[in-house]
Amino acid sequence: MSAAQASTGADPIIVTEQLSRRFGEFVAVKDVSLRVNRGEIFGVLGPNGAGKSTTIRMLCGILDPSGGRGTVVGHDLATEAERIKERIGYMTQRFSLYEDLTVHENLRFYAGLYGVAARVRAARVEEVLRKIGLAGRRDQIAGTLSGGWKQRVALACATIHEPPLLFLDEPTAGVDPVSRREFWEQIHDLSRAGTTILVTTHYMDEAERCHRLAFIFRGSVLDVGTPEEVVARRRLRCAELVVETAAEVAQSLRQLPEVDEVAHYGHVLRLATVGEADPEQVAAQVARRLGARVSQSRPARATVEDAFVSMVRREAAKEGRAA
Amino acid sequence: MSAGAVVVVSGTRARASASLSRLWSVAVKEILQLGRDRLTMAMMVALPVIQITLFGYAIDTDVRHVPTVVYDQDGSARSRDFARSLQATGFYEIKGEVRGYDEIERALRSGAARVALVFPPRWSADLLRGRAAPLQLVVDGSDPQTVASATNTAAGLAQARSLELLVRRAPLAAHRIELATTTWYNPDLRSAVYIVPGLVGVILTMTMVMITAMAIARERERGTLEQLIVSPLRRGELIAGKIVPYVAMGLLQMTLILVLGRLLFGVPVVGSLGLLYAFALVFIAGNLALGLFFSTLAQTQQQAMQMSFFFLLPNILLSGFMFPWDAMPLPMQWLSQALPLTHFLRIVRGVALKGSGFADLLPEALWMGAILVALLVLSSLRFRKKLA
Repeated sequence: MSAAQASTGADPIIVTEQLSRRFGEFVAVKDVSLRVNRGEIFGVLGPNGAGKSTTIRMLCGILDPSGGRGTVVGHDLATEAERIKERIGYMTQRFSLYEDLTVHENLRFYAGLYGVAARVRAARVEEVLRKIGLAGRRDQIAGTLSGGWKQRVALACATIHEPPLLFLDEPTAGVDPVSRREFWEQIHDLSRAGTTILVTTHYMDEAERCHRLAFIFRGSVLDVGTPEEVVARRRLRCAELVVETAAEVAQSLRQLPEVDEVAHYGHVLRLATVGEADPEQVAAQVARRLGARVSQSRPARATVEDAFVSMVRREAAKEGRAA
Repeated sequence: MSAGAVVVVSGTRARASASLSRLWSVAVKEILQLGRDRLTMAMMVALPVIQITLFGYAIDTDVRHVPTVVYDQDGSARSRDFARSLQATGFYEIKGEVRGYDEIERALRSGAARVALVFPPRWSADLLRGRAAPLQLVVDGSDPQTVASATNTAAGLAQARSLELLVRRAPLAAHRIELATTTWYNPDLRSAVYIVPGLVGVILTMTMVMITAMAIARERERGTLEQLIVSPLRRGELIAGKIVPYVAMGLLQMTLILVLGRLLFGVPVVGSLGLLYAFALVFIAGNLALGLFFSTLAQTQQQAMQMSFFFLLPNILLSGFMFPWDAMPLPMQWLSQALPLTHFLRIVRGVALKGSGFADLLPEALWMGAILVALLVLSSLRFRKKLA
């Protein structure tokens, strides 16, 4: 695919086929085939150690795949890694700022590194400083900023060259909730401006804010689609009840084949059933049998978290049987 | 067709200027970081000043005023005269008289004296009668360097005295072989003159290796290396951008040492300064390349620091900075040829003290150049723009 073709719009900006990576005996990423479309926010969701970072590093061209192939921004992963690097932005959970440089110096450095032309560099840096609301702190040493501000500066550094594709590897780890929300607003602003964003996370609320998602578990992609699609495909029905002795009721519910997932927080019980069974009826029956009084009961919306937990549990059970 | 060619040319030029701009960004960043790092900056300046003061003043290999006791069993005017002339050489300082070998032993053991001069009974009488008149010099062998020069002086004096007697007794037989030694380049044999130019090499080895090893290890430790690897920055640009500021730093340090050496110890630079700086550039680059190589092995700054120190020791021992290279066993000499410092010491001493020219020092420069190339190849083989 030529670069000209790639910029026409409807075509994918990332395509991988059976991308794999082994570290010795350990298979970190196994046969990952993905298509990420231009302009979307694509989330890669998975628990720690599922292979999210390994995948992102291969897509950035800093880790060689052991198998499979792929193109990113129209360049081949195996042969044109350096060309890819010119056209992507990358931000890790560690933010990678130079903590002994000022905000302004950090931005100027990355602008130079990414070849922002010298005559527009100063203007571009000032523009970004204004946009992220850091004009007043331009001469503050980056190490003295709070986590949320560091994250903003890091994002500004990663996008100083206005890349068409931005990789974010767990960008909100260790950041307070307010900053996280603001950060996601920025991500959506970038997306509206035409930037494609691939973001890894293990926060479920963040996953729901993505346009499309890939569930990754033990190096394999379990499902890909919009949050609504992946949730719908699990055919889960959820309910929340307030029950006495919720722990006991939950214990019994877990034994039932139609119950996919039960969790209890104090007196609140949340359960998901798969298929036709009505979760409220199922729970009411069990509670009656145990003599526990149900004071409240209402249907709940199945979330990405429900879908993810269900999928991971099923996958783990499958492997358990195989072993 | 021609339009296409123009595009290609401007494309190459654009690529070259983009590359230069990236390199420059790294260099500027490095200078800014260095400027913020007060401690490192202070080290860079303080180290040469402290070392030159220590080595120049304290570590003086010229032996003077060796504490000496005299056990005079002869007790004549002649024996006293001999002891006085021994003191007059400046090498000995007579601390007092003792009576017996037990007192000599006590004086040597306590360190009150390093040398004891023993006149046997009837020494002057034997001398007058033309008999052999031996003198005994008891020396403290635990400090061989001091003792060797002390013994030489005493032997020289004794020989001179016997010749004097011989000549007085038989003037006609006074045909003797006379050895006239002329010392060039450092006529007073002052050790500062020898040590200070060597210090240029030692301090550059110490600081240059360490600073580059730590500069990359720091990026790795803080996670910024990953950010650099993912950027369009090429390997060569990163390495050059990191090295350039430190080369300038190294040249500044060298200037500082030479100026201090001149002011404090009157150490001259006889030969061409331009030549010295040109060779120093190769030497500094070699050390930086070595630091870079260490940084590819080290995961943390602490490891990088330890490796640099580990490397420093053989440099001081084997390069000929403190101990004479010519006295080393052959395998050690071979080993020392692999150290850039060995060659730079010859260059810096040659230029500064002897006024050696380009042609005189070419073999040493070629050695250094070869080591530099080997190190660069080695470290770029190890340093990859990949994570694993």
